[in-house]
Amino acid sequence: MEIGLTHYLVLGAVLFGLGLFAMISRRNAILVLMGIELILNAANINLVAFSRYNGLGVDGQVVSIFVIILAVAEAAIALGIVLNLYNNFATVDIDEANTMKD
Amino acid sequence: MEFALQKLPVIVLLIPMFSFLVLAFFGNKIPRGGDWLATTLLFINLAFSGLILFAFGTAGRYEMNVEWMDLGGAIPGAAKFLAGFQIDALTAVMLVVVNAISAFVHLYSVKYMEGDAKYKKYFSYLGLFTFSMLGLVLTNSILLMYVFWELVGLSSYLLIGFWYENKAPQEAAKKAFIVNRIGDAGFLLGILIIFLTIGTFTFTDIFAGVEAGKLAGGTLTAAGILLFCGAVGKSAQFPLHVWLPDAMEGPTPVSALIHAATMVAAGVYLVARIFVMLSADALTVVTFIGVITAFISATIALTQNDIKKVLAYSTISQLGYMIMAIGVGAYSYGFFHLVTHAFFKACLFLTAGSVIVGMHHIQDIREMGGLRKKMPITFYTFLMATLAISGVPLTSGFLSKDAILASTLAFAGVNGGITIIVPILAFGVAGLTAFYMFRLLIITFLGEPKNQEKFDHCHESPAQMTIPLIILAVLSFFAFFSLNPFSADSGWFLNMVSMPESILAGTKGAIYHILPLEEFKEHLHHAHNTAMILSLAISGIGILTAFVFYYWKKVNVDKLTDSIKPLYNFSLNKWYFDELYDKTAVAFTMGISRLSAWVDNKIVDGIVNGAATVTRGFSKYTGLFDNIFVDGLVNLTGGIVGAFGLLFRKFQTGKIQTYIAFLVFGILILYFVFRVF
Repeated sequence: MEIGLTHYLVLGAVLFGLGLFAMISRRNAILVLMGIELILNAANINLVAFSRYNGLGVDGQVVSIFVIILAVAEAAIALGIVLNLYNNFATVDIDEANTMKD
Repeated sequence: MEFALQKLPVIVLLIPMFSFLVLAFFGNKIPRGGDWLATTLLFINLAFSGLILFAFGTAGRYEMNVEWMDLGGAIPGAAKFLAGFQIDALTAVMLVVVNAISAFVHLYSVKYMEGDAKYKKYFSYLGLFTFSMLGLVLTNSILLMYVFWELVGLSSYLLIGFWYENKAPQEAAKKAFIVNRIGDAGFLLGILIIFLTIGTFTFTDIFAGVEAGKLAGGTLTAAGILLFCGAVGKSAQFPLHVWLPDAMEGPTPVSALIHAATMVAAGVYLVARIFVMLSADALTVVTFIGVITAFISATIALTQNDIKKVLAYSTISQLGYMIMAIGVGAYSYGFFHLVTHAFFKACLFLTAGSVIVGMHHIQDIREMGGLRKKMPITFYTFLMATLAISGVPLTSGFLSKDAILASTLAFAGVNGGITIIVPILAFGVAGLTAFYMFRLLIITFLGEPKNQEKFDHCHESPAQMTIPLIILAVLSFFAFFSLNPFSADSGWFLNMVSMPESILAGTKGAIYHILPLEEFKEHLHHAHNTAMILSLAISGIGILTAFVFYYWKKVNVDKLTDSIKPLYNFSLNKWYFDELYDKTAVAFTMGISRLSAWVDNKIVDGIVNGAATVTRGFSKYTGLFDNIFVDGLVNLTGGIVGAFGLLFRKFQTGKIQTYIAFLVFGILILYFVFRVF
C-alpha cells in the first residue's frame, strides 16, 4: 500500500484531536501545555505533507521550522507562567487559579 | 490765608467725624468716655472756623470741585457730577455758629449728662451731628446737601430718642423722623426737577442755568416750592411744625444745639441758598408760610406751662420770622436773625436745662418761682437772652428783628393789597413774643416759690454749665454784630453777608413783585425808622402786659382766661394740630395700612395659599405617575437587562478550557452551517 497524502492528514487530524482533548480535559497546566504542543505538531505534519505532495516545495518546510521556533518560545514563556502559578498558589491546577474571578 | 480757605474746611469737617468714630468705637477704653476729647476737638474746630471766617473776610469767595462721577453722556447735558465745598458768606458764618454752639453744648453736657448710662454714646452722637451739620453748610452740591440733610435728620432722631427706655422719647423720635420725611420727599422732587431741566447739582451751575432760562415759569415756581418743602420739614414750619415741640423729649443740651440753634436753622439756610432762584410766586408761598408759622406758634407759646415747650414754640415762631424775612426779600436780615437767634436761643435752652437740673427734673413752670435768689447766674443770663428775643434795644435780637420788621413794612408798602397782613402779623408776633417770654421769666424766676421743698433743695449749677451760659448771654449783646446799637446795616456782619440780587428781579407774580435790589434797599431805608418805633412800642407793651399780669398781678389771670375759655383752650391744646393730624393724616395712613394688611392677609395670602394647594395636589398626582409609570418603565428595563445578565453569566465561567470547548463547538457549528449552504 502506497503511503499517500491522506495518511499524513489522518495522522495530523488524530494528533490534533488528541491535543485538543488534552487541552480541554486536563486540569494540570503542564498537561494543557503538552496538548498545545500536540496541536502545533499536528499542524507541522500537515505542512510538511502538503509540501511533499502538493508541490509547495520548500515553503511548507520553512513554515514548519517557524512553527517549531514559535513552539519553543511559547513553551519557555508558558512554563515561566506555570512556575509563577506554582509560586503563588502552591499548585499547578488551573481551576484553582481563580482569584480574579470574584 | 490760602491754606485756611482751601484746606482748613476739610479739616473742620473731618474733626467731628473723627471725634464720633473714636468715641463710638473706642469710647470704653478712654477715661471718662472721651468727653474731654470731643470737647477739646470742638473748641479747636471753633478756632479753625474762626480762621476760615477771617480768611473769607480778606480773601473772598472760594469754591473747590472734584469730579465725583462721570456718566459719559448717558444723560444729555450732564456728563460729569461735581462735588466739593464752597466758602462764601453764608458758609463761613454758619461754620462759626455751628461750631460755637456745638462746642459750648459739649462743655455744658459734661455736667448735665454726668452719670448717664449712655454718656459716651451721647458725645459720639453729638460728633456725628456736628459733622453732618458742617457738611450741610460746606457743600456746594444740592445733592450732597440732601445727603447731609438726611444725616442731620438721623442724628436728630438718635438724640431725640436718646432715652429710648421711656415711651415718650420713642414716640417723639419717630414723629420727628416721619414728619421730616414728608418735607424731604418734596426736597428730593425739587432736586430732580432741577436735574432734569438743568442737569447739574452744583449751586453755581444751577443759578447759571436759571439765568440762562433753562428752568423758568411754572416749573421754576414748582421747583422752588418743592425745595422749600424740605425747609418746611426741617425748620418746623406750618403745617409740619408738630414734631419740634415733641422733640423736647431729648436731653436739654440737644434741644439747644439741634432743635433751637443749628439743625432747625438748616431749612432757613437752604432757603437762603436758593433765594436767588425763587420765583415771585414761590417767594409768596415762603413769606406766607413763614408769617403764619410765626403767628400760630406765638399764640400757642402764650399758654404752655412746660418751660421747654414754651421755648420750643418760640423757636418755631422765630424760624417763621427768618423764613418770612427771606420770603419778603430781606435775605441777609433773615440770615442775620438766624445767627443772633442761634446764640440767644441756645442760651435760653441751656438756662432752661440749668433750671431743670436745679429743680431736680421738674419742667412745669407752675412749680417754680423765685429762682432768682437761688440761681443768680442762670437768672441773669436768661434775662439777657429774653431781652434779646423780645427785641429790646442794645441786644443782638433787637438789631435783627427790627431789620426784619422793617423789611416786612417795605414789602407791604411795595405790593399793597393782601400783603398788608404780613407786617400786621409780624408786629403782632413781636408783641406776643415779648409777652410770653417775660411771662416765662416772671413765673420761673420772680415771685414766690410755689414748691417750697424743691425750692429749698435748689442750687446754682456748676461752672461747666454756667460758663457757656455767660458766654452765650454776652454774645447776645449788640456790639458783637454792629457798633451802632440801632441799626446793623453798617456792622461787619451785614457788610459781609450782602444781599444778592435775585436772578428774577423785576418779575411779577400773582401778588408779589420782586424788586431790583437797589429799589428794595431804598424802600427798606424808608421803612426803618417807622419799624423801629413801632417794634419798640409793641415789645414794650408786651413786656409791660406780662408784668401787669404776672408780677404786679393787677389783672386776675385766672378770671381772664376763664372769660375767654375757648380761645385759651385752643391755644393750650396747640390749635388741635396733633388731634387734627391724628384724625386725618394719621388715621388715613392707618386706614390704608389696615386695608392693605387685610388685602395682604386675605387676598394675597389666599392666592398664595391657593396656588400652593393646587400645586400640592398636582404634585401628588405627578408623584404617583412618576412612581408607578416612569419608575415602572425604568425598573422593567433594569429587570430585563438583569435577567439577560443572569443568563449570560452562566457562560462566563472564568475557565479557559470551557471557552476553548465553546470555541471548538462554535467552529464545528459554523463548519456545518457553511457546508449546508
